[in-house]
Amino acid sequence: MATTPRIGVVTFPGSLDDRDAARAVRAAGAEAVPLWHGDAELRGVDAVVLPGGFSYGDYLRAGAIARFSPVVNEIVSAASRGLPVLGICNGFQVLCESGLLPGALIRNAGLHFVCRDQRLRVESVTTRWTSDYDEGAEIVIPVKHGEGRYVADQATVDALEADGRVAVRYLDNPNGATNDIAGIRNESGNVVGLMPHPEHAIDPLTGPSTDGLTMFGSVLGALVSA
Amino acid sequence: MARVIVDVMPKPEILDPQGQAIVRALPGLGFEGVTSVRQGKRFEIEIDGGDPAAIARQAAEALLANPAIEDFTVHLDG
Repeated sequence: MATTPRIGVVTFPGSLDDRDAARAVRAAGAEAVPLWHGDAELRGVDAVVLPGGFSYGDYLRAGAIARFSPVVNEIVSAASRGLPVLGICNGFQVLCESGLLPGALIRNAGLHFVCRDQRLRVESVTTRWTSDYDEGAEIVIPVKHGEGRYVADQATVDALEADGRVAVRYLDNPNGATNDIAGIRNESGNVVGLMPHPEHAIDPLTGPSTDGLTMFGSVLGALVSA
Repeated sequence: MARVIVDVMPKPEILDPQGQAIVRALPGLGFEGVTSVRQGKRFEIEIDGGDPAAIARQAAEALLANPAIEDFTVHLDG
């Protein structure tokens, strides 16, 4: 009998979506383990979610201060050993600032904060967080951000495209992101960051779809079969 | 006490939508002939001891600027 997988959800000062992320983790069938930004330990979790919000008030740059928090130091070293890590919105920004993922998220083209149900295409299913999707699947997940425009130097973008490391792509780009990139993965596929919010699309009562639940279910499948 | 200025600017190839919004707003206020605005950040840092310029440069590399999107310059004030 397999034990229930434990997925950590980090709370920074200014996190907003940690409760929804924990709810999504439970809906997928795992135990949600709260992780505090100031704690230099991961409590033995099997995977980690960095949720959306405005960690440390987005001071300096979104994610720039959170990157230096004790818990993120632990996550960076654990990710290099294969721990599955999902960064959502502000969590994606933290992953880019920490160097776990390349590039950066900057102010939306047009400057407007965008909040809407967003159509996406799943481009890479060889990650710990997208393995249960069909490759090329079109899904609907909310976006809500002012600084979600993915940019990187041309060599990095070319490498992402050549290696299939674009995880999800916008079908109608809300922020001017390079190559319509909504989310990317690292080389080994355990780290995924994306601007849209899968935790807000797990229940037809409160979201536009249940497409986001598959992301949390994907990592569980890998953990249970491991 | 040394005072060090670190200027951080978006890289030339990075679109600066804030600068673009400002350049579009200026003609309406009567400012003619402004063809470009780039918006960055300026840090005024006071450092006691050591090599202030070197310390500020290390701080810029580690935290103040993101090398993926920004360039920075360091100079001593005064």
